[in-house]
Amino acid sequence: MSQSKKEMLVDPLVDNNPITLQVLGICSALAVTSSLQVSMVMALAVIFVTSFSSFFISCLRNQIPGSIRIIVQMVIIASLVILVDQILKAYAFEISKTLSVFVGLIITNCIVMGRAEAFAMKNPPVASFIDGMGNGMGYGLILLLVGFIRELFGAGSLFGITILETVNNGGWYVPNGMLLLPPSAFFIIGLIIWAFRTWKPNQVEEREYKIQQVEAH
Amino acid sequence: MEGLISLAVKAIFVENLALSFFLGMCTFIAVSKKISTALGLGISVMVVQAITVPANNLLLNYLLKPGALAWAGFPDVDLTFLGLISYIGVIAAMVQILEMVLDKYFPPLYNALGIFLPLITVNCAILGGSLFMVERDYNFAEAATYGLSSGFGWALAITAMAGVREKLKYSDIPDGLQGLGITFITAGLMAMAFMSFSGVKL
Repeated sequence: MSQSKKEMLVDPLVDNNPITLQVLGICSALAVTSSLQVSMVMALAVIFVTSFSSFFISCLRNQIPGSIRIIVQMVIIASLVILVDQILKAYAFEISKTLSVFVGLIITNCIVMGRAEAFAMKNPPVASFIDGMGNGMGYGLILLLVGFIRELFGAGSLFGITILETVNNGGWYVPNGMLLLPPSAFFIIGLIIWAFRTWKPNQVEEREYKIQQVEAH
Repeated sequence: MEGLISLAVKAIFVENLALSFFLGMCTFIAVSKKISTALGLGISVMVVQAITVPANNLLLNYLLKPGALAWAGFPDVDLTFLGLISYIGVIAAMVQILEMVLDKYFPPLYNALGIFLPLITVNCAILGGSLFMVERDYNFAEAATYGLSSGFGWALAITAMAGVREKLKYSDIPDGLQGLGITFITAGLMAMAFMSFSGVKL
């Protein structure tokens, strides 16, 4: 293990981001991002679940038989998610209503399973914990970025506090209603991926078909 | 009956699992490069969805709901907090059973779907369907209709997406947008197109 702990934490943020590069966990990344507060809660929930599930799975990694490992992982992840769900219902009922099924869907969030399978099954608990946390943060980063753009330009506010006074309330800003609708999340993530890959050209995918340059005569 | 048909149309077009709730996106993006594989995956999702949603509905009504255990002599027990873990258990078990049944009785279909079946357990669309069923309080008939039609909607979306991507690979796309980026933007455009169904009422 040549990677230092800090690298393991920072690496998934941009260089190896779970959403933009590994294509994991997109399912919930899009639906919950219409406001920043909800994205924040979702990001924290995912960070909690990925880090602790990696930790516990890694503790048990020598005891879990290979043939039933998926089920064992599922049970650990599902128990953690139930914990998060119950806490949210008890202390943040409004947010838990907005998130509705998406808290439950953390179970099937591919980031959690992906890290458990790819990292936690082979590495000691503390390293797995940090790896899980880093990947959860990479996911959270994209979530917050999308939530920020959507809430600021779609509703003119951040965390529910008005930043750009909208026309309806007598201000000057005409909100872009499109950004509050689900499809906008696709565009924003697509553009974020474009930005990331322009910044780090080694992430660019190979073309399947090269377009030939034809000399003009 | 009318209620069920309108529920089905709503689940297929207006509230399409893939394009308006973004469920099953990981597989939606990863397995939509070719129409034939997309169709295979779509059909298996539809089958699993049509079985698991009604099965989870029965589980909810006869085991988990507050008062549901009255038949066993425990009228005050409320097990809804065990919901998530039981639904995922049912889904994993169903997928496993389906895999064995297909392997034994329909080998050609098994070979065609083989690699996709285990993937379905972690497909958010399946768990999402069950959770929506719980949240919206469907009865058994509604749950069965919802399961089948939402699965069909997902299959429709992934097949359409694969069709677009097969054409898309011949086009000249900026380097950074190549692959994943343009796929997201295409999916966004498709989601917008599906939004136009939202005015449809039966």
